Amino acid sequence: MDWVNAIIQGILIGGLYALFAAGLSLIFGVMRLVNIAHGDLIVATAYLAWVIIKATGVHPLVSLIFVLPIAAFIGYWLQIGIFNRVLGKDILPPLLVSFGLSVIIQNGLLATFTVDSHKLNAGVFETSSFEILPGISMGYFPLLMFFTAIAVIIALQYMFYHTSLGRAFRATSDDTEVALLMGLDNRKVYAWAMAICLAVVALAGVFLAIRSNFDPFMGPGRLIFGFEAVIIGGLGNLWGTLIGGVILGVAQGLGAELDPGWQVLAGHLAFLLVLAIRPRGLFPRIAG
Amino acid sequence: MSEPLLTIEHLEAAYGDARALHGLDFSLNAGETLALIGANGAGKSTLLKSICGLVSNKSGRVLFKGKDIAGLPANEIVKQGIALVPEGRRLFPSLSVEENLILGGKVKRPGHWSLDTIYSLFPILKEKRHAPSTSLSGGQQQMVAIGRALMSNPDLLLLDELSLGLAPIIIKDIYELLPKITGNGVTAILVEQDVTRALHSASHFICLQEGHISLSGDPKVHTRDAITRAYFGT
Ligand SMILES: Nc1ncnc2c1ncn2[C@@H]1O[C@H](COP(=O)(O)OP(=O)(O)OP(=O)(O)O)[C@@H](O)[C@H]1O
Ligand SMILES: [Mg+2]
Repeated sequence: MDWVNAIIQGILIGGLYALFAAGLSLIFGVMRLVNIAHGDLIVATAYLAWVIIKATGVHPLVSLIFVLPIAAFIGYWLQIGIFNRVLGKDILPPLLVSFGLSVIIQNGLLATFTVDSHKLNAGVFETSSFEILPGISMGYFPLLMFFTAIAVIIALQYMFYHTSLGRAFRATSDDTEVALLMGLDNRKVYAWAMAICLAVVALAGVFLAIRSNFDPFMGPGRLIFGFEAVIIGGLGNLWGTLIGGVILGVAQGLGAELDPGWQVLAGHLAFLLVLAIRPRGLFPRIAG
Repeated sequence: MSEPLLTIEHLEAAYGDARALHGLDFSLNAGETLALIGANGAGKSTLLKSICGLVSNKSGRVLFKGKDIAGLPANEIVKQGIALVPEGRRLFPSLSVEENLILGGKVKRPGHWSLDTIYSLFPILKEKRHAPSTSLSGGQQQMVAIGRALMSNPDLLLLDELSLGLAPIIIKDIYELLPKITGNGVTAILVEQDVTRALHSASHFICLQEGHISLSGDPKVHTRDAITRAYFGT
């Protein structure tokens, strides 16, 4: 029964990893940017939620009403103010800038909030669960995370393939020059992509902070999980991020079942295994 | 006395340190079709890209409807009424045929052209409208590229090598439709490798040679010999 439990919990936690990964995947798809600061942005939004909750006393899930738009707004101007200045044919400058941003965010958080870890308190909801089979229970909160991830991916997929914004994303990604000829300002298109990415990041940040303690240096680890989920699923495929997240989650769960110290290692091994068998991931970019 | 729709003054353009256009001067009246001819690398595409804003490393003036647009980015110039059908068509592969056309109409300039009028000009596109643009034949892709440019209802249409890589029969079909396009009062600059065809479709021509204008005027006035010399620079 423990094994079945480990698999189920792993699947559910895969939803959180998919949320880490979806924004990364979107940004890479639209502007070929590998954002090293992605994990730190997740942690930064967790702090943002913590500050808002401290000031207003709202429930962490309610705080999303504020955190999501603020994060999107920050994303928009982060793109206009920083990334757009270095995006070009060469992919190295934006990579370096995002690395610098990562260091700045970590140290900024450290200076502001100290090294102490925090957690968002979602009350009994965090731990309540129901039995699906004798001996196997499902937590409401992990379920919520999982279904939120599915909803986010459906929404992103719809946006990407069925709205004029998504059309602008695809066109700019295909051929920036010709997109300009259509009247699309690629810098604004990128800024909208980053705004959407940061909204997803904020969702991930709040879930992460409800689930476990967070501190200023947690970002890089979340970045790795996000990367691994993207690569396992296949670059440029949003549903792939969910599958990648689930595989990662299940591998970690099984690893932890063998030996608690093997949790993270088992995830990395699963990642390497997939890379060895299918270097482009399980489901590389497919349309629609 | 109406002023020209487009006036180019001392236009120079470069890629890095390599100069591609060396001080061009010419003008174009509304309703005219200008044929732009010249050998490979003469600078034809560079001239079109300079007009529509894709080449920003340039000096001189590009007056369109009396306004200097040389400093504007491409996404602003299209709003002023200039559209390019790029060399090699360059459809958006992730977009369906219809999405390519819709995006062409994004700037929402009023005028004759809409999805309906494009579909009646190229009925085959209506049949294929949900197909990925890459699944079409070369000729059909060229129709999408033309339609996409027309969707912005341009006053000036820049056509770069419509015949590139197409079968002669298809080239003939496309050129037979050209009067229907320019007939709507659209001014056009037509770049073409096939000199005879280009001169046949145009009221004026400019021959470029290594970034200079080597000959220009009315195709009927100049002998074929003179044009050939200007083309090859002999
Ligand atoms: N993106 C670029 N970067 C550097 N040099 C370029 C670029 N595009 C064109 N050139 C150079 O500028 C000059 C003019 O090129 P252009 O493409 O305008 O010629 P063209 O007349 O359109 O030729 P073709 O008939 O082959 O299309 C050529 O010497 C070419 O090598
Ligand atoms: Mg050319």
